[in-house]
Amino acid sequence: MSSVASPVLQLHNITKTFGSLVANDNISLTLRQGEMLALLGENGAGKTTLMNILFGHYVATQGHIEIYGKPLVKGSPKAALATGIGMVHQHFTLAENMTVLENIILGTEPIFRLRHHLSTARAKLLKLSMQFALHVDWNTLVKDLSIGQRQRVEILKALYRDVKILILDEPTAVLTPQESDKLFTTLRLLTGKGLSVIFITHKLKEALSGSDRCVVLRHGRVVYETATKGIKASTLAKAMVGGALPEIKKKKSTTSSQQLLSCSNISIFGSQHQPLLDGINLHLFKGEILGIAGVSGNGQMQLADMLSGMQAPDSGEIQLEGERITHHTPREMMSAGIGRIPEDRTSTGIIGDMPVRENIALEHYQEPGLSRFGLLKFGSIEAYAKDLIKKFDIRCPSTETPVRNLSGGNIQKLILARVLSRKPIVLVASQPTWGLDVGATAFVHEQLLQAKLEGSGILLISEDLDELLQLSDRIQVLYKGKISAPVSPDQVNAATLGLAMSGHLEEFSQQIGQPAP
Amino acid sequence: MDILLFFMETGFWIATIRMATPLIFGTLGELICERAGVLNLGIEGIMAAGCMAGWTWVYFGGDLWGGVLFAAFIGALFGLLHSLFTVHLGLSQHVTGLGITMLAAALSSFVFKMLLPKATTPPKIIPFANLDLPWLADIPFLGPILTHQSPLTLLAFFLVVLVSYLLYKTPVGLSLRMCGENPLAVEAQGLSVYTIRTGAVVVGSSFMAVGGAFLTLSAFDAFYIGMVNGRGWICIALVVFSSWKPWKALLGTMLFAAFDAMQMRVQQQSAMVIPYQFYLMLPYIFSILAMVIMSRRAAYPKALLIPFRKGER
Repeated sequence: MSSVASPVLQLHNITKTFGSLVANDNISLTLRQGEMLALLGENGAGKTTLMNILFGHYVATQGHIEIYGKPLVKGSPKAALATGIGMVHQHFTLAENMTVLENIILGTEPIFRLRHHLSTARAKLLKLSMQFALHVDWNTLVKDLSIGQRQRVEILKALYRDVKILILDEPTAVLTPQESDKLFTTLRLLTGKGLSVIFITHKLKEALSGSDRCVVLRHGRVVYETATKGIKASTLAKAMVGGALPEIKKKKSTTSSQQLLSCSNISIFGSQHQPLLDGINLHLFKGEILGIAGVSGNGQMQLADMLSGMQAPDSGEIQLEGERITHHTPREMMSAGIGRIPEDRTSTGIIGDMPVRENIALEHYQEPGLSRFGLLKFGSIEAYAKDLIKKFDIRCPSTETPVRNLSGGNIQKLILARVLSRKPIVLVASQPTWGLDVGATAFVHEQLLQAKLEGSGILLISEDLDELLQLSDRIQVLYKGKISAPVSPDQVNAATLGLAMSGHLEEFSQQIGQPAP
Repeated sequence: MDILLFFMETGFWIATIRMATPLIFGTLGELICERAGVLNLGIEGIMAAGCMAGWTWVYFGGDLWGGVLFAAFIGALFGLLHSLFTVHLGLSQHVTGLGITMLAAALSSFVFKMLLPKATTPPKIIPFANLDLPWLADIPFLGPILTHQSPLTLLAFFLVVLVSYLLYKTPVGLSLRMCGENPLAVEAQGLSVYTIRTGAVVVGSSFMAVGGAFLTLSAFDAFYIGMVNGRGWICIALVVFSSWKPWKALLGTMLFAAFDAMQMRVQQQSAMVIPYQFYLMLPYIFSILAMVIMSRRAAYPKALLIPFRKGER
């Protein structure tokens, strides 16, 4: 149907530069009525920038946009909304301390009206939610909603504005497989009613199953454009990466019976006494990667913080090679042999304004090799940094460069270098490939497998199910602070893990033939 | 416990409400700024500028309400300056606010000295008379308390109701609160964060200045250098105490003022066993304690102190 429908939106030769970086390079794009367009590309390919220009967050350096044949006012979300463009951002633009209704009606009324016309708003929302099966309680605060529900609010927010074109930026990044399916059902309902949808993604499967047409961006350029029907995943992947996908080596079991880390009956409570970790038991063996699956916010952060000494458990015991380390400080944890790859690498992994050299020495500058009598040995630190930069191929102009100027992939390499060069007994890796491109991801995976070969035990906390299934020797699922029994990745697939991740632990246990935790 | 009988006196309550008035204006003003995501540490200086502006207007022959308006106008100007730096240029709200305080306070003293270089005692004006509402005065106990007040006090109470209504019941209040919670959400809904924040800071600052004008046009009848005397800082604490809610702000200012009024009375009545400085300290100790208790669960506006820059990444 897409081939006959008329174009609703045309982007002509859009170029956008940030300083010397060219984010979008002469991009032209057409969207037709009732069409579902997938905008594919690696991180940093310029997908989000392009959509932000379309929605008016950014102003294009060159080029113009036509909607229904008329030029679109540049740099104004207001104009974009008025002409019928709505956007669901990857990081939702919702105020958590306000109700769903307040978030939706914001900006839809004349600003100096003396009161809200809430009954009209409710009536309209009710109609929309019936029509598109988007059910949310209007009066709850956004902070009490799940991620999936918040996304529905974002979609409703756009629909409430009577948009004709909906842009979704990485809509499935934070969803479980089941929630993703539900989202695509909704989107199909929308295109069925004549709306046009653009969704940004880097997941090939989604583009293949969800879209009518795919446009692939690489380094800010459109490199490939095709109707989705009949296209192969490998063709798209090649276009995305600009070559064949790096193959992940078949993993080899090196697990020994020697137990490195054990957590028994660990509980941590939040400020309202709600359990964040609820009686966790896990055991990590030498030469093993233990995957922890789950949607962020189900206790992953607490687990990682606890093992790096930043938060002590309220009850339970942690042992490293038989020794109690329950109440160790972060430094004691490090010197005991627990290394960490933090989830939020820019805020807790590095100090952005300090040079590469100092960031490399950050976790053990006080040790003999790097300092003496409480004074830093700059020569040794410099040599050490240079050595690691070479070994781990960290691309940086010099050891003096402030780390924040490095790309995400290189920052992650630096963190890997810092922790792996110390041969940790246990490595806690939280979302180690989050936001990295394919090349950097492959590097991280390789390094983790190498560390495992060398006898480290690795706790891999990740939201990426493919990654977990590929790398892990055993997988446990965290949901609302509870952890499932370990399963072998051969026993499960993404769908069964998805069940456990969305709280259906009973069904999950039945499917894998083990008792519920 | 004879000394505690002052709770029964109308005089005590009259004093409490009078002392609360400048704090109500200041706290409301600060609350409006912070709800939009901008901390305004210029409050102490803007109140001083308000004292000065109101008094000058009246001293040179203007009428009292004209003085109030003039003070509000001067406050708005300083608010505009603050928002230019913090909202449009995205500079540090702390540094800018302290700068505004120093500038405004020093300018007020400077202009005062320029206008009246030879004055040895501060020249007086005729301040606001008490409310003349005979039908109200007849109510026992409450009547005298309410009528022995300046019309500005009435205005302050009215503003609490008005601000509360605007914040929670109207589109402009919703977008203002949203600016303090998530500016990106405001932009994504097609509104201008810059305009809303600037408006909030300008209006908030004019409230602060009117609080200052109350001191010269109602509480006292002359301008003294340093007469704001830390009231601005107290307002900042009271905003936290109030969890950014207008009605709780009113409660907080009344509590603080009651402690202040009480310490004066206790000071007069008790035998001088305890040094008077101790009583002077009481309201502040109260405010620290109240802050500790109340602010533990306070939900800050999430985007407070965070500048919004359009089109950056």
